Amino acid sequence: MFAFIVRRIIQAIIVMLVISLVGFSIQHQIGDPIRDLVGERVTPAEREAIRDQLGLNDPFYVQYVRFVKNACKGDLGLSFFYKKPALEVIAAKAPATIELVIVTALILIVISIPAGIYSAIYPKSWFSRIVMAFSTIGVAIPVFLTAIALIYLFGVELNWLPSYGRGETVNLWGWESGFFTWDGLKHLVLPSVSLSSIMLPLFIRLVRAEMMEVLETEYIKFAWAKGLHRERVWYIHAFKNTLLPVITVFGVQLGILFAFTILTETVFQWQGMGFMFLEAVERSDTSLLVAYLVVVGVIFVVVNTIVDIVYGFVNPMVRIAGTK
Amino acid sequence: MKSWNRFKNSYLFYSFKRDPVAIFSFSALSVLVIISILAPVVAPYNTYDMATIDIMDAETPPAWMEGGSESFILGTDIQGRDLLSTMIYGLRVSLLIGVGAVLLQAVVGILVGLLSGYLGGKLDAFLMRIADIQFSIPYLIVAIFTSAIFKLAFGVGRYAELAVPLLIIIIGMSEWPKYARTVRASVLGEKNKEYVEAARVIGINRWQIMYRHVLPNTLTPVLVISTIQVAEAVMSEAALSFLGLGMPITKPSLGALIRAGFEYIFSGSWWITFFPGVLLAFLILVILLLGDWLRDVFNPKLYKG
Amino acid sequence: MRHLLEVKDLEVKFALWSDELTAIDGISFTLDRGELLGIVGESGAGKSVTGFAIINLISKPGFISAGQVLFEGQELNRLPEEEMRAIRGNRISMIFQDPMMTLNPVLTIRTQMVETVLAHENVSKAEAFDIALDKLKKVHIPSPEKRIHQYPHECSGGMRQRIVVAIALLTNPALIIADEPTTALDVTIQAEIMDLLLELCESEKMGLILITHDLAVVSQITEKVIVMYAGKIVESGSTQTVVEDPKHPYTQGLIKALPGIIPPGSRLNQIPGMMPNLTDIPAGCAFHPRCNISGNTCQMEVPALISKGQHDRMLACHMIK
Repeated sequence: MFAFIVRRIIQAIIVMLVISLVGFSIQHQIGDPIRDLVGERVTPAEREAIRDQLGLNDPFYVQYVRFVKNACKGDLGLSFFYKKPALEVIAAKAPATIELVIVTALILIVISIPAGIYSAIYPKSWFSRIVMAFSTIGVAIPVFLTAIALIYLFGVELNWLPSYGRGETVNLWGWESGFFTWDGLKHLVLPSVSLSSIMLPLFIRLVRAEMMEVLETEYIKFAWAKGLHRERVWYIHAFKNTLLPVITVFGVQLGILFAFTILTETVFQWQGMGFMFLEAVERSDTSLLVAYLVVVGVIFVVVNTIVDIVYGFVNPMVRIAGTK
Repeated sequence: MKSWNRFKNSYLFYSFKRDPVAIFSFSALSVLVIISILAPVVAPYNTYDMATIDIMDAETPPAWMEGGSESFILGTDIQGRDLLSTMIYGLRVSLLIGVGAVLLQAVVGILVGLLSGYLGGKLDAFLMRIADIQFSIPYLIVAIFTSAIFKLAFGVGRYAELAVPLLIIIIGMSEWPKYARTVRASVLGEKNKEYVEAARVIGINRWQIMYRHVLPNTLTPVLVISTIQVAEAVMSEAALSFLGLGMPITKPSLGALIRAGFEYIFSGSWWITFFPGVLLAFLILVILLLGDWLRDVFNPKLYKG
Repeated sequence: MRHLLEVKDLEVKFALWSDELTAIDGISFTLDRGELLGIVGESGAGKSVTGFAIINLISKPGFISAGQVLFEGQELNRLPEEEMRAIRGNRISMIFQDPMMTLNPVLTIRTQMVETVLAHENVSKAEAFDIALDKLKKVHIPSPEKRIHQYPHECSGGMRQRIVVAIALLTNPALIIADEPTTALDVTIQAEIMDLLLELCESEKMGLILITHDLAVVSQITEKVIVMYAGKIVESGSTQTVVEDPKHPYTQGLIKALPGIIPPGSRLNQIPGMMPNLTDIPAGCAFHPRCNISGNTCQMEVPALISKGQHDRMLACHMIK
């Protein structure tokens, strides 16, 4: 098991290095750190002097190593627009995105697992058929359309829920949270529902398909032959086996969910990392862009690694095989 | 003629005829494709021609609503362009980029998969490592990032000019690993079959074996994933355009139209977003349905041949 | 005298789209406590379905279309599901073919054993645990206190099947149905498991139904045997007489096909042809296309299962008188 964890971590580090290399190359080619520092009104001579001072005329790999070292210390450059360290800007915006993703993940788990299990056990019921039809259609509708539709329905026509911004937030030691006010929670509804709509069809189908496959296995048949109660067969015997592949997919999808926050935050003017990214593009704020790339890259890698390790613990065949 | 007869008698056509969903989605898709190809003929107006647009016509509602006009059936957008025509041209752009991107993905992916699978060794390890690394980052992020970088590098004007080929490259390169992996898996399976051995023994050189013998047998899974990839490519392009990283408003795709119309739903001009949105969703839906059917037809487990 | 198990004219059908296929076409047999019955036939004969039919666990779209299954006087096939559940794994236990597939890979052996006890007996978890340990000892598992906490994949094939047998014994059932219990195991382990089952049936006075295609195994441990073909019984009687003096051409073919009888180096005897698919069972006697003594009646009339001589010998054949 230990060997397994170590291997995963090494793999994670390699991917992070690649991401940092890509990020740095972008920074190197397109970024303009001089402008970031001192603005636009400098003479060419002053520019050259500053370039030398900052070590910008050093060879590529020297600068790259410096970049990585700085990154590990938490220094990812300065944001041109905000005039603050890039990491600080991201850290300020991160809570918004993270809370959105958490609520979305909750919605996904709470809805897809029961719906998937139910439609696996009773595949011909009208509920299952409706769920399946919805998921087929749901996959086809891009998230921003769902978001817009939801905004129009609930925000404009019915006016039940707010359609932009985070609402009131509470500051907990630097973490701006929308969980603790009624207003904040109301603002979370539409964005998280929109975001979940991307993954919900996929997960319902996945849970259903896995559960159906599990229900056909010999060991489930044996469980019935042993005379166990229905609930035990479904929720203990079948469910745990269904869960394993679902966990892996969930981990991968979590990363994709982050990608889609960019789209969702745009629609809802949600002041999170995704929205910040787009603003950075508009403002040609390269440091912020690269910082975002690195941070998001780190998040993916960490989440994927954790999911793999958790899977290793949950699946006894991996757990024990790893020790042999 | 012989091929047509063979096709008519094949299992593929047989199960197609019996499946209403397949028939519906294929017909609908064909209609959409034909409309987009014949756009200059079919669309009431040529929306790229600045001369035909009058800003005074902007935000006209659809013909059946109050304030609407017969000359603009689905209303106009914020610049005064006829929405229906703009949608048709937008459909054309979306399909062009979608199919173009998939062609690129397929060519690159098949090439890599074929070489990797057949030649094996260090080349295989190297190529697959790259594919794995790219695979571990969600394709949409790759696409969004690449387009952001290009936009910054080229500048807004130049980017808009080169939008179509750039988008094809961006979306194409973000998903090639999928093709590479699929083809490689197929090739690995075929490599050990007897007909390959036989060809080798006869003395046919590697490249010919790869191209004429192995490749045709790996094309079935390629076909199956291709439809789904087209749908994904169309969605990616729409997403990029919606974020402002894709097609510009002067030559909009469906995604760009939705972006443009978005702000206006609050002021009441809902049709600018609604109709392109419905068309986009419908397009993706029929492609996906067709893809689902293809996948079921080619699935050996369900194959009752 | 009431039999432990009495199957009367059992019919099982599979409902497919517009058709109904008959998997079991009216079979009857009895079994008493302590008796060992073998059900023999090739794959597709309907023997496994018989086993599942007894505890009413046939996979959809199969269903019992006619007949009765009487267990200790109770009609099982008409029992409501909850009562049937109380009998399964409790009074009647079943052992499947492949122990790797039978045990749930993500649950410990302890869980899978304790839950069976708790599902049927009103005892505490600790008591159930003790019962489980006791049964593991009964099936001669070395260091059961260690094994019980392990996962199925940590045990060898033979050990897994012993564990499955132990699970079957947990509630001291009156009847065990063993469906091809040794087919997936090595020959040496096969012998061990068979000896184990024999020993337990004698000591616990349980009835055993051994469903298998392996006539050799059947001839070694069972007292009665039923030979099935295409859903019907073609011959039955005491194992010794049926094996020593098979009357039905199919049974004869099966015996002749046993490798032990042939001198080494010569060809094995085969019964030509294959068991028919459920969808095209021949008219008349289902075996007639493969039979070397078939006559005209065989193609038209289904032979009835009638008594032939002593020892409950029954035979369904037009040609043998």
